[in-house]
Amino acid sequence: MANVSIRKVVKSYEGDVQAVKGIDLEIEDHEFVVLVGPSGCGKSTTLRMIAGLEEITAGEIWIGGDVVNDVPPRDRDIAMVFQNYALYPHMSVFDNMAFGLKLRKFPKDEIKRLVDDAAKMLDIQMLLDRKPKALSGGQRQRVAMGRAIVRNPKVFLFDEPLSNLDAKLRVQMRTEIKKVHQLVPTTTVYVTHDQIEAMTLADRVVVMNHGVIEQVGAPQELYHNPQTRFVAGFIGSPAMNFLPVQVVDDSGLKVQLADGTKMAIPPERVDRYGPYKGKKMTLGIRPEHMTETHESEKPGVQLMNAKVDVVEPMGMETLVHHFVDGVAVCSRVDPNTKCRPGEILPLAIDMNNMHLVEDSSSRVV
Amino acid sequence: MSGATAAAGGPVPRKKSKVGSLERQQRISIRSSYAALSIFVVIFLVPPFYMVMTALKSSAEISAQQGNPWIVQSPTMENFIQLATDASFQRYFINSVWVTAMVVIISMAIAILAAFSLSRMGFKGAQVLSTGVFLTYLVPPSLLFIPLFQIVGTLGLINNTWVLVLLFPTLAVPFCTWIMIGYFNSIPKELDEAALIDGATYPQILVKIFIPVALPGIIAATIFAFTVAWGGFLYPLAYLYSADQATLTVGIVRELIKGDVFAWGMIMAACVMAAAPPIIVYTFLMDYYVAGLTAGATKG
Ligand SMILES: Nc1ncnc2c1ncn2[C@@H]1O[C@H](COP(=O)(O)OP(=O)(O)OP(=O)(O)O)[C@@H](O)[C@H]1O
Ligand SMILES: [Mg+2]
Repeated sequence: MANVSIRKVVKSYEGDVQAVKGIDLEIEDHEFVVLVGPSGCGKSTTLRMIAGLEEITAGEIWIGGDVVNDVPPRDRDIAMVFQNYALYPHMSVFDNMAFGLKLRKFPKDEIKRLVDDAAKMLDIQMLLDRKPKALSGGQRQRVAMGRAIVRNPKVFLFDEPLSNLDAKLRVQMRTEIKKVHQLVPTTTVYVTHDQIEAMTLADRVVVMNHGVIEQVGAPQELYHNPQTRFVAGFIGSPAMNFLPVQVVDDSGLKVQLADGTKMAIPPERVDRYGPYKGKKMTLGIRPEHMTETHESEKPGVQLMNAKVDVVEPMGMETLVHHFVDGVAVCSRVDPNTKCRPGEILPLAIDMNNMHLVEDSSSRVV
Repeated sequence: MSGATAAAGGPVPRKKSKVGSLERQQRISIRSSYAALSIFVVIFLVPPFYMVMTALKSSAEISAQQGNPWIVQSPTMENFIQLATDASFQRYFINSVWVTAMVVIISMAIAILAAFSLSRMGFKGAQVLSTGVFLTYLVPPSLLFIPLFQIVGTLGLINNTWVLVLLFPTLAVPFCTWIMIGYFNSIPKELDEAALIDGATYPQILVKIFIPVALPGIIAATIFAFTVAWGGFLYPLAYLYSADQATLTVGIVRELIKGDVFAWGMIMAACVMAAAPPIIVYTFLMDYYVAGLTAGATKG
């Protein structure tokens, strides 16, 4: 068990590709941190630098109080689970899990005990004699995790471990990983491009984009208080709607759409948005805060009519796509809605949950 | 094409014709493969068949004018017995075995180590070097044996089987390395990374992961090195002149062809005996060769 700190770490590849552009991150002991971001944003590169599989161009990585920049992977006391499992094909499940222990010269009966314990935790005791090719994807994934667990390392590293599994199994294994972390609270760095995986697993989520960290925070914090337009759009599914607006003062501070529609800014936010009066900004509002109207509306709710374009029933909710001011937006409504394409649906926009993005800096103000 | 149209166009498609046409296509392709393969088999098996037949004949029967030359009338082991008890033939056999064993061991050791470093160490110029290794294989040995004579002469290895232990690997290593690079490159990078993290050193990764996983490739390369050494003719002919140093290939020719007198029965018996080890090696190793070990390493 150990904390990990990443200090001003840069990774450049030959040909001047900067995959990671100077990131800082402190990971506490026992913490489960998820790196999330779009493809090519440098998540895997960061993880592989922690593992020691990739040279660090500049900066320092600390594991448990030691700088590990020049420490080879085998001496970093970490374990890694790969996307394609990377099981040794010629070894049985038992030998796959025991490999690291054998190399570290553990006594035979101790190896057996450790492997059996890990196998029991992952429910793969009956597979110990099989070769990897006789296992299903989910079972292989469990073995790969077992191989990491048995060594009881300081840090677990996961690189998109679930992306080769089908949707149902992915959800199941996600829960499993969380359960394992509750049983064995090893410091974990987990890479994924799936924001739902990130939100459900993480103590803290690190959102990366183009080799930099956009924001670090607890899942709820990222959801409610995104600091950049990128984070606002990346976290949450379906993604946040963005509408170009102008901040105006028309008997109270309001945002005005291009078509002239004005929406009142809640009083407690007037001070915050006041300085932007007259500026062109971007309004961000999540689909779940654009719902159909109710009998009695809370204060701060803005009503608006929208022409329905597409209706997507999902069971527990229904997504309605329509155009507001010429911009395609999505709203989340009651699953029993009767609305049809082409109809006008009166919408209630909860302005208490609005976000306002400054266009020049892409920051949420 | 016409069958499919008929089946689709008819109001009540005849089930039989639809299934039948698929089956028929399969049958036709199977039969034509068999026909093509049979031609190959016949062409390749005629010489060995004739060799075995002749080896089983007595000298009298070989030189007899009448009778079918393809069939042996009164089979005899006489040729085999005579060779097996012949001291110089035994010598050739032992020389061949010793040379081949050494060549296989040396070539495979070099090829595996070279392929591992070229495939995995990722040093500067590895790519150029791999291509270079393969290019040396394209130089015909018959162009090399005269300049090589100078070299082995200086080393004092003329008329010594060590000369073959030194020279055959130069023919075998490039191709074996090339085969092994291909196999090692097909092993996913995550496998060695997992092993590195598990605590393995590079030598351990090679021995515990790469060699077992690439076993089919190693067997293919071993067979190649074996064939180079066991069947090599030019170098032993050029560099080994005394009977006690000769290998089977040149020994058979030197001992059993005296001027224009060909001891056909014994030549063929010697060939059968010389061909036995490769045949045994091939049949034995083929099983391993086919057992694809790499399946299941990663997804799929
Ligand atoms: N060996 C390499 N040589 C050059 N560039 C590389 C190398 N490996 C990665 N890159 C580049 O570094 C950037 C970050 O790659 P990385 O693998 O970290 O992305 P990622 O966030 O893990 O993406 P994904 O979700 O697709 O796995 C990419 O632009 C990639 O092209
Ligand atoms: Mg990646």
